[in-house]
Amino acid sequence: MSDAPYTIVIGLEVHVQLSTESKLFCGCSTRFGAAPNTQTCPVCAGFPGTLPVMNARAFELSLRTAAALNCRIAEFTKWDRKQYYYPDLPKGYQISQYDLPFSHDGWLEISDPKGAFAPKRVGIIRAHLEEDAGKSMHDEQAGQADSRIDLNRAGTPLLEIVSQPDLRSPAEAKAYLTELKLLLTYLGVSDCNMQEGSLRVDANINLHLPPPEGSSEHRIATPIVEIKNMNSFRAVERALAYEAERQYQVWQETGQRLGQVPKQTRGWDDVANVTRGQRHKEESSDYRYFPDPDLVPVTVTPERIEQVLAELGELPAALRTRLETTYGITPYDSDVLVNQGRALVEYFVTLAERTGDGKLTSNWIQQDVLRTINEQALTVETFPVGAEALAVLLKKVQAGDVDTSRARAVLADMLEHRRGAEESMQALGIARVDESELIAMCEELVAANPKTVADLKAGKMQAAGAFVGAAKKKNPNVNPARVREICLEIISRL
Amino acid sequence: MSLSREQVEKVALLARLELSDAELSAMTTQLQAIVGYVDQLAELDTNGVEPMAHPHDFTNVFRPDRLEPSFARTAMLATAPHADEAFYLVPAVLGQ
Amino acid sequence: MSLTDLTAAELLEMLGSKRATSVEVTQAFTDRIRRLDTGVGAFLRFDAAAALEQAERIDARRRRGEPLGGLAGLPVAVKDLLCSRGELTTCASKMLANFRAPYDSTVVAKLKAADAVLLGRTNLDEFAMGGSTENSAFQPTRNPWDLERAPGGSSGGAAACVAAQMAPLSIGSDTGGSIRQPAALCGVTGLKPTYGRVSRQGLVAFASSLDQIGPLAWTAEDTALLLSAIAGHDPRDATSVDVPVPDYRAALGTSLKGVTLGIAREHFAEGLDGEVERAVREAIRQFQSLGARVKEVSLPHGKYGIAAYYVVASSEASSNLARYDGVHYGHRADEQRIRAELAAKRKELVAAGHTAEAEQLESPLVMLYRRSRAEGFGPEVKRRVMLGTYALSAGYYDAYYVKALKARRLLRRDYDQAFAEVDLIVGPTTATAAFKLGEKTDDPLAMYLVDLYTVSANLAGIAAMSIPCGFTRTGLPIGLQLQAPPFAEDRLLAAAHQFQEYTDWHTQRPKL
Ligand SMILES: [Mg+2]
Ligand SMILES: [Zn+2]
Repeated sequence: MSDAPYTIVIGLEVHVQLSTESKLFCGCSTRFGAAPNTQTCPVCAGFPGTLPVMNARAFELSLRTAAALNCRIAEFTKWDRKQYYYPDLPKGYQISQYDLPFSHDGWLEISDPKGAFAPKRVGIIRAHLEEDAGKSMHDEQAGQADSRIDLNRAGTPLLEIVSQPDLRSPAEAKAYLTELKLLLTYLGVSDCNMQEGSLRVDANINLHLPPPEGSSEHRIATPIVEIKNMNSFRAVERALAYEAERQYQVWQETGQRLGQVPKQTRGWDDVANVTRGQRHKEESSDYRYFPDPDLVPVTVTPERIEQVLAELGELPAALRTRLETTYGITPYDSDVLVNQGRALVEYFVTLAERTGDGKLTSNWIQQDVLRTINEQALTVETFPVGAEALAVLLKKVQAGDVDTSRARAVLADMLEHRRGAEESMQALGIARVDESELIAMCEELVAANPKTVADLKAGKMQAAGAFVGAAKKKNPNVNPARVREICLEIISRL
Repeated sequence: MSLSREQVEKVALLARLELSDAELSAMTTQLQAIVGYVDQLAELDTNGVEPMAHPHDFTNVFRPDRLEPSFARTAMLATAPHADEAFYLVPAVLGQ
Repeated sequence: MSLTDLTAAELLEMLGSKRATSVEVTQAFTDRIRRLDTGVGAFLRFDAAAALEQAERIDARRRRGEPLGGLAGLPVAVKDLLCSRGELTTCASKMLANFRAPYDSTVVAKLKAADAVLLGRTNLDEFAMGGSTENSAFQPTRNPWDLERAPGGSSGGAAACVAAQMAPLSIGSDTGGSIRQPAALCGVTGLKPTYGRVSRQGLVAFASSLDQIGPLAWTAEDTALLLSAIAGHDPRDATSVDVPVPDYRAALGTSLKGVTLGIAREHFAEGLDGEVERAVREAIRQFQSLGARVKEVSLPHGKYGIAAYYVVASSEASSNLARYDGVHYGHRADEQRIRAELAAKRKELVAAGHTAEAEQLESPLVMLYRRSRAEGFGPEVKRRVMLGTYALSAGYYDAYYVKALKARRLLRRDYDQAFAEVDLIVGPTTATAAFKLGEKTDDPLAMYLVDLYTVSANLAGIAAMSIPCGFTRTGLPIGLQLQAPPFAEDRLLAAAHQFQEYTDWHTQRPKL
């Protein structure tokens, strides 16, 4: 596929904030955007004597996600302390999961409807539940000596989802993230808002190169680099593309292989479009994980897992397949529809059920509904013309009562005046023209335009357009195709 | 296992304790004695024994996802040795 | 006879029948604190005015005939390790010398709800780490029976204030013997409940899987009274157990007939002081004369208890105390000095051409952490934090931490087997009576060994108590330890009460 002299190997580590009302271990709100240090209490600020008690909903949402990611759910799981000193980590440890995560060994299927890469299953190593840290802010420009600490975010429930290094291009990485985000949105477990930090991505990347001629080695691997600070999926794609090239250059210059240098962490600079090495001290991290004595383990029965699976509902991949087989639309169309979320899919299904034509329905949704939604910054829920109302209009198109371009005008009127298709058509003076009236009109036109008749008889078929134009002038409601048909028939009988 | 002064120095950094040279020497001697005593655990046959992290075996303790009022910022920051009206303040997390 | 000579149950009776007011009772105890505590040093702080005000409010409510809590009007002393809203909670550490807790611990809230009069805060070994209360950053506490001797610890203040009759009831905490050992050395009764019986919420953590809050008093009856007020499930402590709380006082009358006492041969091995052994064996004969049967049991892994305990407790402590970093609360070192020192060091290194070393200098933040903790913690806390950090660090985790947890399991199995055959296990609380102040301060390991008989109950999570059972020739109290299966506090208290019905060790008072 690519003619680069290397294979890119990428694994992604995604942290998503779970949609709970309260934090993982206390009753403080998880809402984004509050004034600093106004959503804290002695528990999430790690005060002496406080104890964590786990949020049931956070664990439920975690289970739901893991099940949807085809993970194996552990029957026994526990909570561990990951210990390090940082001023936004008030207890001096993060409550996380170490050797017994609640789920592991799953997969997520990705594909590209345009065929840029073959569909594949990306392995999920594990998904575990943990608490977020607070925020440290440092304004280097202002030359401040102090960092400022806001603990609002401390203790917010996070799901960490670690993929296998199965991704082979920045495009695949982006597709994985897009599909993951869509899945999480469908599940309702997270709002996945990257700007607000509810979805964060770190990437591990290195290159596999062919071994030198005559070598017994299977392949050569370059040192793995972890990339942080990527604030959009586009940034992930660009950072990975940049980093692959950079690693190849470093490899050519130094020949350094995996294991020969310590793992490096680099940050993505979205303005300069480069990754930069992050400062680190000599001290190697030793997190001293051990089971948190304040929290008891959790067990999950096979019955509970079955129940979670049963309640998942239809997920994006299955939904795409169903739309393709039931309504005869292309994978490209099903992808566009499903990626817009559950509400639009429901809109499509309602409409397609009434029109009985998936292709027509999909076209109208993509070209008209979605365009308006985007232009007017609406959502499917706030789009003023419901699926039933649009169905009335599309059925008239199908019946030949109104042509497509006039139907667009009708839809515009429906949107503007918030009224039904019939009212709009009436207001616009659109009505079906009686067949006998139409035949009489065509006979008149044929009789009055011998030149056009002659042209047509000579085989200049485009001349029929003149009849259509003239007919529309007499009555804008005429169906152009029918006018053309009738005129030709009359001429053939002459 | 015997414990060297260098190891003790490393542990002191991990534990974020500043120890003077004299304290480091005394700490090394004392920890050597304590670790020497604790080493008797090695003689225990613990094959097939499950580690016991909690005194009881019960599981699945949760709280409902219910909001409770947070504490007033002034009350929280009142305990901080160094804060402005909105934030805890520390020496630059990245800086020198 | 003075009000301070009465037991809590007697005082409660007098208050209830209006033969005394809470103000009178509180006044009697605060007077005594004022008179005697300069010599004993049991209290870190006490506020007579606030206590009397609270007593007055309770008296007023009683006069109006309002319903009152189970401890209405009774003074209670609280170990300075439990948070009480708006009040200093120092843990006897310089680190928290100025820390005002913004919330109530569950136990303090329950005491308030029971209408107890909160007298003041008792001394302890810093963060409850120690066995003599000499590790307090603020003051030593002296044993009321001999002011040259230690009261034991870490709840030394809690035991001494009862022994000196400065409080009828007192709250301590026990991680490896910190209630039972000082109770024994001070000649009072103290109970460590089953792990999970009393909420730890608001108890400043030392070792989370071992810590339990418990009562100290003169008698088993008073101990039952206080335990009833503080026991119970707490949704804010995920390790507290949802098991109904029996009526401990009602259970006191249960006879010893048919009760089987286990005697662990390991409790009478080398190291046990002869006088202590004689007193304990005499107490066992007393139990037998009251109808109890005796059976020998074995706790073969008990000898690994101290080793396992110091690994588990220190590991958890190293983590629990990581939060004291001078950022959100507590002591913080002088930042300006740190910056100046680092700048000078850097300048020196650069001038000498050692730019690489200059680059590797610690950041002011790391220095601030290290120095704040070095200044805020005393030597014993540092030792345990170091030991625990080491035991959890890469390469040593399995050899120490995991190994200790396995030893812990074996210890628990010993108990399960023993309790399949006996109802209670009886033995010495400590190997010797109270030791001299300063006697063990230079030898940390010797100090650790004072918990030899007590740590196992914490590791196993079972219930245990200490009751007075005699005196040495020199007049120092001796403690008898009773251990029971999880949640059998009622059984412990009944046996202790029956014993106290026929003995008078618990009625002896030190001359102060
Ligand atoms: Mg994480
Ligand atoms: Zn909170």
